[in-house]
Amino acid sequence: MSKRIVIDPVTRIEGHAKISIFLDESGQVSDAEFHVVEFRGFEKFCEGRPFSEMPGITPRICGICPVSHLLASARAGDAIMAVDIPPAADKLRRLMNLGQMVQSHALSFFHLSAPDFLLGWDTPPQKRNVFGLIAANTDLARAGIRLRQFGQEIIEILGGRKIHPAWAVPGGVRSPLTEEGRNRIRAWLPEAFATTHTALDLFKQVLDKHRREVQIFGNFPSLFMGLVEPDGTWEHHGGKIRFTDSSGSVIADQLDPLKYDEYIGEAVQSNSYLKSPYYLPLGVPDGMYRVGPLARLNVAEQMGTPKADTEFRLFKRMGHGAVTSSFLYHYARLIEILTSLERIEAYMGDPELSSEYLRADAGINSLRGVGVSEAPRGTLFHDYTVDRQGLLRKVNLIVATGQNNLAMNQTVAQIARHYVRGNEIPEPVLNRIEHGIRCYDPCLSCSTHAVGQMPMLVRLIDAGGRVVREIARG
Amino acid sequence: MAAKTLTIDGKQISADQGATILDAATDAGITIPTLCHLDGVYDVGACRLCLVEVAGINKLLPACTTRVHEGMVIKTDSERLRKYRRMTLELLFAERNHVCAVCVANGHCELQSLAYSLGMDHVRYDYRFPKWGVDNTHTLFGMDHNRCILCMRCVRVCWHIEGAGTKNVSGRGSGSQIISDLNQPWGTSDTCTRCGKCVMACPTGALFAKGATVSEMERDRTRLEFIVTAREKKQWIA
Repeated sequence: MSKRIVIDPVTRIEGHAKISIFLDESGQVSDAEFHVVEFRGFEKFCEGRPFSEMPGITPRICGICPVSHLLASARAGDAIMAVDIPPAADKLRRLMNLGQMVQSHALSFFHLSAPDFLLGWDTPPQKRNVFGLIAANTDLARAGIRLRQFGQEIIEILGGRKIHPAWAVPGGVRSPLTEEGRNRIRAWLPEAFATTHTALDLFKQVLDKHRREVQIFGNFPSLFMGLVEPDGTWEHHGGKIRFTDSSGSVIADQLDPLKYDEYIGEAVQSNSYLKSPYYLPLGVPDGMYRVGPLARLNVAEQMGTPKADTEFRLFKRMGHGAVTSSFLYHYARLIEILTSLERIEAYMGDPELSSEYLRADAGINSLRGVGVSEAPRGTLFHDYTVDRQGLLRKVNLIVATGQNNLAMNQTVAQIARHYVRGNEIPEPVLNRIEHGIRCYDPCLSCSTHAVGQMPMLVRLIDAGGRVVREIARG
Repeated sequence: MAAKTLTIDGKQISADQGATILDAATDAGITIPTLCHLDGVYDVGACRLCLVEVAGINKLLPACTTRVHEGMVIKTDSERLRKYRRMTLELLFAERNHVCAVCVANGHCELQSLAYSLGMDHVRYDYRFPKWGVDNTHTLFGMDHNRCILCMRCVRVCWHIEGAGTKNVSGRGSGSQIISDLNQPWGTSDTCTRCGKCVMACPTGALFAKGATVSEMERDRTRLEFIVTAREKKQWIA
């Protein structure tokens, strides 16, 4: 009799989701699906609002990476006003985005994922969390928490608050970097660098122990998408879109992010609120692509900063062509923290960040505006259509987690196939399946727009839809 | 002008004949919460936030439109008054769509700060979630009816300070709305002088400078008072 196993909700991710594992007659895994069961509705209820309010509204989608929505939204506003923003404003937005990269990646690595691979997959769930990490390695946990704080402080120094700053606006930003802020960031940088190097060394050590995870945690061919500079350097705010395939070949380059609908299609699944974007010319399933740290490093030819480039070359050696294992998202995340810190350091010597010329002014010059920015989890698109008065008529948000949807399904199926045999699913196996999702650091509240709870429910459902077994956790 | 003596919150004070309770209290350094009152324009007693207890009168009276009398004994703060004031605020919040977190007036809003100061920690009434639109047709300003509390400050400054008479009220009850001229898009108004007094007068985020983002609407009410003082007293001070 075929069966279905449901993991609901998935824990230590941002948001609420469940996983279904389908077993065939012989108890082998036939398929697996990752469902997002939240619905937020931002695209709908923003209709009718002035576009200038969107950088205030859309960051409310998420408390983890509000900055990404803030910046993408402000950029969409720039496009509607058809202005080039003052250079200082562009640099300041970039600085905030780098702070965001550091804090979000530190959260993903130290708080959410490290307990699995540092404490061990088979550690009891009561200890396999950030508190367990604090007990096992207090210095590392504290350093990780402080690294996240550093990123948050940058956001606060610029935007006045850590979460939901309404600082970037259509046309630029509201305020410059103060001298006091500059000094605080400068003073904290050495510690942030040290923590990042420690984490990198540690991760490379545990990588040897986790060869199996590297092999089976989402290791499959797919396309990769991310922003790059004209010369192929890693980019996070600005630049053009590049797609590469799993052999590492560039299949499309310097695509205009504003014309995303010419190369990205959105498939809708009946079992999830999350849409599944794909590379349009190849269709589903061949057009499946991944975004986020792993993808950005795969599409980039260099990081553009010396320390990160050294790590980048080691990273590139881990794949033939592209690095295809989603477990290495973690490594890519650390390298991105490193380049972010180097870039932040460079900005600290730039007097332009104290400029008072920060905001371009204009009316409605284009009835459509698309804003693109690399969020920690991947490329984020905000697409607004307005009327002559600047009131929104249509809003389309293409969020990083959505773009990884097809890849997350495949990752879950790959891990389940490897570990699940029949009805028995021990807890550590459930955790491995969940970790397959955690690699992507998905933000479900972002991608569907609700709050999650932590307990986990696994259901075995037979072909007739009867629950034959239920395991509750938490 | 004859002076009247009265007691407010146990304090013996004197006030000019014809002064309102609000004027008398303000002169004596006693604060009464207000919302539709605006220095420089006449009062209409619309919001009911300034209700006070007057000894010998069973019903609560609005301080902004009640004149002082000899020997009046007034209480501006009591459990009963606080209860009514909170209720009034809750009704205002429930009536339209007030979303402080993403409002242009967040942090500079009289409705919001009154809700904080009067301890309104929740709304007991079902939100009505009405469908109101935004008039963004004006070149300089916008009007979001979702955030309007119908205090009519904008109407009063438009008629009685600027003298343009653009702003008005149409409809009845909770279906009332602020209109421009003959209920037409504000940008097509023949009478509007684009002076911005209505925007300066608005206590919430309903009227805003176009392009304003969260928390950006800070208003300087003293400019309105300055004009009134200059005109009526021929004194060019605020």
